[in-house]
Amino acid sequence: MSLFNDPRWGEALSHLPDYLGNHVRVSLAALALGLVVSLPLAILTRNRPAPRAILLAVASIVQTVPGLALLALFYPLLLLAASVTLKWFGVSFSAFGFLPAMLALALYSMLPVLRNGITGLNGIDPALIEAAKGVGMTARQSLVMVELPLALPVMMAGIRTAAVWVIGTATLSTPIGQTSLGNYIFAGLQTQNWVFVLFGCFASALLALAVDQLLGLIESGLRQRGRLRTALGATGIAALVAATLVPTMGRSSSGYVVGAKTFAEQYVLSALLRDRLQAAGLTATARSGLGSSVVFGALKAGDIDLYVDYSGTLWANQLHRTDIKPRAELVAELKTALAKDNITLLGELGFENAYALVMPKKRADALGIHTIADLAAHTSTMSIAGDYEFFSRPEWAALQKAYGLQFSAQRQMQPDFMYAAVASGEVDVIAGYTSDGLIAKYDLVALDDPKQAIPPYDAILLLAPKRAGDERLKAALSPLLGKIDISTMREANLRTSGNDANSSPDAVAKWLWEKVGGR
Amino acid sequence: MPSKPAISYRNVSKSFGPLRAVEDVSLDIAEGEFLAVVGGSGSGKTTLLRLANRLIEADDGTITIEGGNVQDIDPVALRRRIGYVFQSGGLFPHLSVADNIGITPKLLGAPATDIAARVDELIELMQLDRASHRDRLPEALSGGQRQRVGVARALAAKPRIMLMDEPFGALDPLTRDALGEDFRELHRKLGLTTVMITHDMTEAILLADRIAVMRGGRLLAQGTPAELSASTDAYVLELLRTPRRQVERLNALLPQGGAA
Repeated sequence: MSLFNDPRWGEALSHLPDYLGNHVRVSLAALALGLVVSLPLAILTRNRPAPRAILLAVASIVQTVPGLALLALFYPLLLLAASVTLKWFGVSFSAFGFLPAMLALALYSMLPVLRNGITGLNGIDPALIEAAKGVGMTARQSLVMVELPLALPVMMAGIRTAAVWVIGTATLSTPIGQTSLGNYIFAGLQTQNWVFVLFGCFASALLALAVDQLLGLIESGLRQRGRLRTALGATGIAALVAATLVPTMGRSSSGYVVGAKTFAEQYVLSALLRDRLQAAGLTATARSGLGSSVVFGALKAGDIDLYVDYSGTLWANQLHRTDIKPRAELVAELKTALAKDNITLLGELGFENAYALVMPKKRADALGIHTIADLAAHTSTMSIAGDYEFFSRPEWAALQKAYGLQFSAQRQMQPDFMYAAVASGEVDVIAGYTSDGLIAKYDLVALDDPKQAIPPYDAILLLAPKRAGDERLKAALSPLLGKIDISTMREANLRTSGNDANSSPDAVAKWLWEKVGGR
Repeated sequence: MPSKPAISYRNVSKSFGPLRAVEDVSLDIAEGEFLAVVGGSGSGKTTLLRLANRLIEADDGTITIEGGNVQDIDPVALRRRIGYVFQSGGLFPHLSVADNIGITPKLLGAPATDIAARVDELIELMQLDRASHRDRLPEALSGGQRQRVGVARALAAKPRIMLMDEPFGALDPLTRDALGEDFRELHRKLGLTTVMITHDMTEAILLADRIAVMRGGRLLAQGTPAELSASTDAYVLELLRTPRRQVERLNALLPQGGAA
């Protein structure tokens, strides 16, 4: 099968109206908001050097914040704002998806618009402003009839730059719940679906190019004072907006939204949950690629209706507990605690996706290592790799303390690459995940934890407060509880790392259902 | 001097920080008069001109236009009433020749058909070509044509007073001569009161009824060319000697009775 007749292109294409439409809407809304704020600021500060310098400095600082971080920051900020408005005015709003993405992107668009607006207005020959005064224009007439038209080409160039930045950065709004072309890239990276990654990259690049060219047409029309070009460019932009609005018309916004974090297991499980709800005659969509700090808040706020989390994660991140309890006890206590927030812990799926120290089986056998306690004697000459959060999590501190681990080096890595790295000897040990199928694929072994320093990470099904009494939903989901054992989940996860159509999350979810319930 | 002055400066001063740009100037410009203000750069002549339509506000003294104190007239209304020709044109590059010329009537709210008729009239008057110039942008015109458009724009709202800031300074000698002559004729025909800034005494003598000489912000002398010759001020005499010396040298260099 060649790259070109890979059926995943077709699957990618089927998502395009949804992803592209959302991407264009959030980008253009952000750009419009950015312009509405920046252009008046540029006009107001054109003759005031001090506020102008401050404004440009602030916009520059915003620009230095990485796009992903800026987007991520807006989520808790809006959550806070929403809770304040709820308290004071009794109204709340969704801090999830469109709003935080649009605000962050609007902020991101401000620098080029401001800078070019100010440059354009200040670059006008002072003799012309004097002439405008001399022929009897008021300050406002001078601005509208002379200064703005003369600055317009430079301003348009800034708007073009802003448009390209915003469209590119909008791909990073997927983790805060805004569907965008970034959905291809995040899902593709996590499930090693390079077709999706390529598709997402090309689609967003093409969109940026198209918008840039259309705005360029307007700009050259304004520069050469050609009405035709300006009209053509404006028509193109309008057509683009109209085209992205059509597919969403008449689409019901009701129905269940299944959330998923940004890794393969979550993509598979969300597809499985969605399929189960649909099989029960309910409307359901999956919203995948959400940041792990975003997803719980989204459930609590009702922006998503259900998702799968892990007991140890909530234990540490939501209850802020550092003590460790046996699996069942921990889940029971978590259930009580979550119930206070009206969140339903429906039950365990059956498997655990815990952290585990993993190393090649051959090497472990050769050194006689079976448990982490055995490993401790060798760590001074070994290196360890973990995901981006592992080394700052309490269980790492607990592990080090319990076993006296002292590795010579530690590195952070994209989870998908860790397994290959430890298999090839690039690092000696990794902090892997117990449900990961790659452990078997690379002939690795997860070391036992006799002192139980690592908390249990049972996969648990959570329902949003508004679904607490939804018996139909619970009935549709209950066949999954306790059915997915660790070896089944490992195999499912391994299947996603394949490089063909059977490895898409949807296909693996169907396989998983046949394996656990459909039989 | 006939009737009341069209423009009158009384003990007018203006400073920019420590720089005394105009110092205690008193000057009357009679109705229908063509006055040239001559001086070097930094002499205060441009400041003096801009004080008249309040592009610059005076610190001290009184300026009246047709009997009214300029401080009592709204500056925007004042500027629409007075024609102003800028050094090197000051045309708006994004507007066509017709839109440039019609700008002040448009600001005054004249109907579009009236403006169009007035623009055609002025294109004719300034000896521009309607077919080839009307809808062009200023960048497509020669320097002389641009300055003709500048004059047409200043005349569009039918002002009785024209202020001109070195209007012909940047033009080649032939164009400059033709344009100067043409304007002098217009001034007479339309019954304008004109104040023209120039650094060129020859141009001033050839075009103006009277000449005012500025130096270091002060008005050194004023009068007809003949009256100025009687001045005792060394700078004024030096300024007057220059054209005379030029004529003598030209006479010596060019064969007598040569090119007309």
